[in-house]
Amino acid sequence: MKVSVKKSRKNLKSQLAQFTGFLFLRLAVYSVLFILLYFFYDIGHQGYRAISWEFISQVPKRGMTEGGILPAIVGTFLVTLITALFAVPLGMAAAIYLNEYARAGRLTRLIRLSIRNLAGVPSIVYGLFGVILFVNLLKFGTSVLSAGLTLGLLTLPWTITASEEALKSVPDSYREGALALGATRWQMIRTNVLPYSIPGMLTGAVLGLARAAGETAPIMFTGAAFYLPFLPRSLKDQFMALPYHLYIMATQHHAIDKARPLAYGTALVLIVFVVLFNLGAILLRARLRKRWRH
Amino acid sequence: MESNIIIPAGEIKIAVEGLNLYYGHKQVLKNINLSIPEKKVTAIIGPSGCGKSSFVRILNRMNDLIPEARVEGRVLIDGENIYDKDVDLVALRKKVGMVFQKPNPFPKSIFDNIAYGLKIGNHRSRAELEQIVERSLRQAALWDEVKDRLHQNAMKLSGGQQQRLCIARALAVEPEIILFDEPCSAIDPIATARVEELIHELKKDYTVVIVTHNMQQAARVSDYTAFLWLGELVEYDRTEKIFTNPANKMTEDYITGRFG
Amino acid sequence: MISVKKKGVLGDLKESLIQKIFQTSGLLAIIVLLGIFALLFYTAIPAFREVSLKEFLTSTRWDPTSPERPEYGLLSMLASTVMVTIGALLIAFPVGVAVAAYLSDVASPRVREIVKPVVELLAAIPSVVVGFIGITLVGPMIAKIFNLSHGLTALNGSLLLAIMALPTIISISEDSLNAVPISFVEASLALGANRWQTLVRVKIPAALSGIIASLMLGMGRAIGETMTVLMATGNARAFPQGFLQSVRTLTANIAIELGEVPYYTTHYYALFAIGLVLFIMTFFVNLTADVILEKQKRKLQ
Repeated sequence: MKVSVKKSRKNLKSQLAQFTGFLFLRLAVYSVLFILLYFFYDIGHQGYRAISWEFISQVPKRGMTEGGILPAIVGTFLVTLITALFAVPLGMAAAIYLNEYARAGRLTRLIRLSIRNLAGVPSIVYGLFGVILFVNLLKFGTSVLSAGLTLGLLTLPWTITASEEALKSVPDSYREGALALGATRWQMIRTNVLPYSIPGMLTGAVLGLARAAGETAPIMFTGAAFYLPFLPRSLKDQFMALPYHLYIMATQHHAIDKARPLAYGTALVLIVFVVLFNLGAILLRARLRKRWRH
Repeated sequence: MESNIIIPAGEIKIAVEGLNLYYGHKQVLKNINLSIPEKKVTAIIGPSGCGKSSFVRILNRMNDLIPEARVEGRVLIDGENIYDKDVDLVALRKKVGMVFQKPNPFPKSIFDNIAYGLKIGNHRSRAELEQIVERSLRQAALWDEVKDRLHQNAMKLSGGQQQRLCIARALAVEPEIILFDEPCSAIDPIATARVEELIHELKKDYTVVIVTHNMQQAARVSDYTAFLWLGELVEYDRTEKIFTNPANKMTEDYITGRFG
Repeated sequence: MISVKKKGVLGDLKESLIQKIFQTSGLLAIIVLLGIFALLFYTAIPAFREVSLKEFLTSTRWDPTSPERPEYGLLSMLASTVMVTIGALLIAFPVGVAVAAYLSDVASPRVREIVKPVVELLAAIPSVVVGFIGITLVGPMIAKIFNLSHGLTALNGSLLLAIMALPTIISISEDSLNAVPISFVEASLALGANRWQTLVRVKIPAALSGIIASLMLGMGRAIGETMTVLMATGNARAFPQGFLQSVRTLTANIAIELGEVPYYTTHYYALFAIGLVLFIMTFFVNLTADVILEKQKRKLQ
């Protein structure tokens, strides 16, 4: 007897299983998408009403129930800048060591293990470490410097990993070709590896910085201030920061209901900040790529 | 087996003595002894995996890049052992140029590709650079095709042009020896013919060592041929002798296509 | 004839100096990790001049400011952390693996191009914003459904942490599913199994170790997350009684008390001892995930 290859009743059960199975997977995806969109909608919708030019350009007024969030915006920019200056060069250097110099061995394995583990250390633990090392031992006090360095350590594993990805994307033939023409290892890296990996490195760095800018726990005790009606003037000053300001407005304010619209506005600015950072990274990558390809 | 010919001491450019190469515990080359004559083309043939690529990479110490590689024996170039401790790898690689299996232009302009080896070395004037770039491109028979677009990205050239660019790039640093590691395996037959012509030209001024899995190519371009099998040098002789009257049965079986 | 011998030592010196600079940056990772442990340990130690280790680890009462008898037991907070974490993983693990399976096996390339960046965007939302949503959106919803006076409960924390753990679980699980050799899949399909059967009986079992690693990494994230739980779980000090009660986790407790505690008191040191406990917990959770992933990588090579 010949067996038919047409769809039959016998297959029906397994087809039904596949149908319901895939339906379950789809439902999972749709619910994740829905939740995310709803979050964005809620914050966008409510936050939009709070945002005005005054909100962006003024200092907080009347016990932070009126006025704007300028010091928090500037503070977040400043602290992120310090984070960048500290973590990006170090991250790149570590990645260059791992990808271009290090030979497979116990030490390299240990470095990689440490990096992966650092990525999993809770952010509040970085905050505690920052309090001991930067605030107390190095006597930077609670300041934008201490907070920036703490965030820098937190970002380090991400910058190293992203930089290494970028270095790995440069084909080995560029390296061999340069060495065969008599380049030293550093000449090879400088002239024939870095130019092609810097776009990727910077993109990764910007993405890491976006995450750092949104962190609260590491800066709570290392430099972020509850309320400062002025902008920081030196590295030893305290500062206001968007994420910490949101925390304060959402939970610690004496008149929570009055502060709610401002909290929404702060949340929206913070999210826009993060999304802009992400977009910036993508644009940066595109632009630098074009330049190096000429 | 030892090589069957004796090259007069005055004509030897490269002398390999008792060479063993290991990758970790695996021995890739076994007690190789051979002398490569100056300003001749020497072909290294053998089935894939016989160690012929590893062999040429010994000659400019590119094998140093492989972490677990270990070399025993001596490789003398102009009488200097390149595995001595006081060897300057940069000087060695300028003296011993290399062209790779796959064309590997850098994603820079044609000009910058050729000038790369010069720029990382001593400072030279722009005029001097231009002169050397032109000379190298002419030597590699590429000048007429690219002279109007020297500042275009080299990645836009065809595969065959890219390989000649890589040859020009190697020539620009004025080496004495050029190693070719299967230079035609990634390009089409017409481009192959041009590269072969070029190799023939080059031996007027340079010592050429070429690895190939293509026996006709070895027969066409080389003066001497070495046959490697499983890391051992089976036979080394003048090319016409190898291809017409090999001393070893294994060589004969290989070149007549009975294995490989 | 050009000699290939070295002419001077200057060039070598420069090269090895440059290498040393890069190497030092690489070693920094080890130094920072050890440094965190060492400084936390060093700062936590003075706490145990007044508090016994037994009390610290087994007492459920944390009341450092009590005038008659201060007590330093972290058990209630540890239980809260574990509870909120387990709740989060019960939600995030099935959903995360389902999304990963969808991305690797069902989605068309175009859908994948859309869903993947969205998942990445999810990871980019600052935890303080997630906590804020917990206060304004998710919490009130829970209060309404369960008829509570407020929704700042362990359940709220679990739901929000689930959202935060999702990106980790999705991306690591998807990587492991994609790493399953195509030959396994072809063999299964050739034997007449359909795609769903292949997914459930061949791919998921083959990728299981990576999927479990994703669970561990998600767990590490949930244990260490601070702002979200601080804002969304109500921070009641009592031993947790259920998901509809307020709880205070280890991380939240540090965040609440470190700002008010006088420096260099037993209470101050005890907070660093909690930090040390957190560090050790997440270290071992992440290390386990790491070992699993490394093993899988070697197996598939």
